[in-house]
Amino acid sequence: MHKEFLMGNAAIARGAIAAGLNVVSGYPGTPSTEVLETAAKYNASADKKNLYVEWSVNEKAALELSAGAAYCGARSMVTMKQVGLNVASDPLMSLAYIGVKGGMVILVADDPGPISSQTEQDTRTFAMYSKLPCFDPSSVQEAYDMIQTAFEYSEKYHTPVIFRPTTRVCHGYASIDVKDEDEYNLNKPEGFVRDPSKWVIFPRLSFQAHTNIEKRNTELSKVFSGSGLDPVINPSDSKIAVASHGINYAYTMEALAALDKTLPVLKVGTPFPFPEEQAAEFLKGREKVLCIEELDPVIERALIYVCGKYGLDTRICGKLSGHIPAAGENTVASVTNALADFMGLELPASAVHEPPPPLPVRPPVLCAGCPHRASFFAVKTAMQGKKSVFCGDIGCYTLGNAMPLDMVDTCLCMGAGVNIAQGINHVEPDTNCFAFVGDSTFFASAITGAVNAVYNQADMTLVILDNSTTAMTGHQPHPGTGRTMMGEIVSKINIEEVLHGVGVKTVETVDPLDLKAAVDCVKRVSAEKGVKAIIFKSPCAVLVKGGKPSHIDKDKCRNCKRCVNLLGCPGIVMKDGRPAIENSLCTGCGLCAQVCPFDAIGGADNAD
Amino acid sequence: MPTNILICGVGGQGIVLTSKLIAAAAMAEGMPVMSAETIGMAQKGGSVFSFLRIGDGAHCPMFGEGTADILIAFEPAEAVRMLPYLKADGRAVVNTHPIMPVTATLKGSDYTGEEMLDYLKAHVSALDLVDGEKACEDIGSPRALNMIMLGAAVRSGVLPFDISTIEDTMKATVRPQFVEMNSKALHYSE
Repeated sequence: MHKEFLMGNAAIARGAIAAGLNVVSGYPGTPSTEVLETAAKYNASADKKNLYVEWSVNEKAALELSAGAAYCGARSMVTMKQVGLNVASDPLMSLAYIGVKGGMVILVADDPGPISSQTEQDTRTFAMYSKLPCFDPSSVQEAYDMIQTAFEYSEKYHTPVIFRPTTRVCHGYASIDVKDEDEYNLNKPEGFVRDPSKWVIFPRLSFQAHTNIEKRNTELSKVFSGSGLDPVINPSDSKIAVASHGINYAYTMEALAALDKTLPVLKVGTPFPFPEEQAAEFLKGREKVLCIEELDPVIERALIYVCGKYGLDTRICGKLSGHIPAAGENTVASVTNALADFMGLELPASAVHEPPPPLPVRPPVLCAGCPHRASFFAVKTAMQGKKSVFCGDIGCYTLGNAMPLDMVDTCLCMGAGVNIAQGINHVEPDTNCFAFVGDSTFFASAITGAVNAVYNQADMTLVILDNSTTAMTGHQPHPGTGRTMMGEIVSKINIEEVLHGVGVKTVETVDPLDLKAAVDCVKRVSAEKGVKAIIFKSPCAVLVKGGKPSHIDKDKCRNCKRCVNLLGCPGIVMKDGRPAIENSLCTGCGLCAQVCPFDAIGGADNAD
Repeated sequence: MPTNILICGVGGQGIVLTSKLIAAAAMAEGMPVMSAETIGMAQKGGSVFSFLRIGDGAHCPMFGEGTADILIAFEPAEAVRMLPYLKADGRAVVNTHPIMPVTATLKGSDYTGEEMLDYLKAHVSALDLVDGEKACEDIGSPRALNMIMLGAAVRSGVLPFDISTIEDTMKATVRPQFVEMNSKALHYSE
């Protein structure tokens, strides 16, 4: 054992490796991404490479791959964010019936708030729906220890298990105890043993499997009750108590310390199968219990159920009773207030400050020099005055919705834009329907949409924003980049060829930073009938070394502010009432020089 | 009781590295440490923060309002935004140079940072103002800001280690060619 300062996600990866991990696959998504990246980094530095690591093309592919590995007796892990589990839900639901041989952990990071997600879905509820055991760590240290326990349960019960931390555990750092390499478990997979009665899903097999699953989950509920994974902290016969989970348990302990109170707390580490006997024992003799949770009221509903089943008259409070907010993230302050209210305590009046002056808001924006800005601006310019709809997708380019670009009319989920555009087109045939999709998202889930559009005779323009990376989540490779997580250089899958291959006849590639060529291309291509595609190809501004910053010639500038008002680039600021280049941010992309009507901006490498 | 530290500013100012250095210095002194910071979309020009706790007794990296021992703010408006977290007698170390958000640029907002500094002067008893822009010019690099702020914070005496610990940690972390510049920045305004 030794101490290391680790991010929660790194601790999860390191714990899995210590448990003898053989295969890890995943698809990037905040707040889960660093788990797989840590495993890849470890692999790159390890003497003996016992681990196979890949970014799969999407979560469904990743989960199926890890399942195949676990069929062979490998210990495998698949990583994703909560909405990724929706993509992987088809194999997930069936795999629950088939089971595994080697331990398999499905790591799904939830995002209360949400901070960077489309939904506030709760993977504990998904675990209940898919009937899979679920582990919910409350700290970085616990995440490191619990992932190893999760592998043991998975292997013992021949079932994949879900491990679901939330953002504050994933992205929190702590100095924790970690194993030395000589303490690691080494797992040698036996290999695939043919047995069609086990590995081939059929209705009759599923009926039997369903029966077994329900029996196992009843047993697991009892096992978890005595496992120490759902401990009672500060046990006493207090009439009031708290039940909590994950980071909310930590908030509860901070709140109790701030209020200088001690209450018994049931910390639920295994929300499914719920440790009923442990909970019933905890509730006996209590008047009321406050469930402090984020996302769904999972514990609250389970405790209400336990009260009914065991004939207890404890009053269960939480989200359903209005004691805890139904949506959003909890904080130390919000939990302290809720606890004080629940206990009937007066909160010490906080110091009243004079309200501050209006604070500038800082919504996230596309970076200075981002090629997406140029792509959106080119389409906007080309389609001026024409009836158009712009369907967006998931990635940095969702930020194209911000003023002044204002170029995202819809955004639903990964790969949806291309299909939403078709739906709009079938109802409004006179509208120019555009779908914007990034290169990584294209490979993840927009290819089927392109096939659908071609086959079903849609009339739309597919715009691929190809910046040669997965920028939003921190620059992961994908099939178009020609790099793998095992460090290999492989042949790139060419987006233009893919589109031609599925029957898109017109596919034009253009550099969005060449504004005139880009605008002409959009006008020409979008005027055609049927499905046509434009690939805006220019690397992510964060990945390439920025050029010399642009310069505004004060004598030529007439302060018309077109550069500021058309582009909304953080590299141009107002100084003393006039536009000025912010040298620390400007990459010299030259887009602003091309919109200046007075030729006042120059100096950048690309400006001429 | 742990020492609670809150670092805030705007995405891209080097807040994450500052937080990492403080944590590494605490580890070097054998103290337990926890931290949490903004990751993801907000890093792109948004308000960012890092919570740090050094010492025993912390359950999670985040702490409640009114409990920070020190606020290290890389931007005046961000200092005001996070001020509710500072203890009544807590110390604030604030860079006086404002950063205009793109939305302010678009609307021609008159945000100058001065109104924020006036508010801070009126409401913070232990306030250290740092002219980060001038300091960066003197040192010759806009990337020196995080070490300038860190040096000023350590000199305030609130952090549980001294400047030599931070300097050793910095040397072990940054690339050799940047050691001299960062040392100069740590010791700026001594």
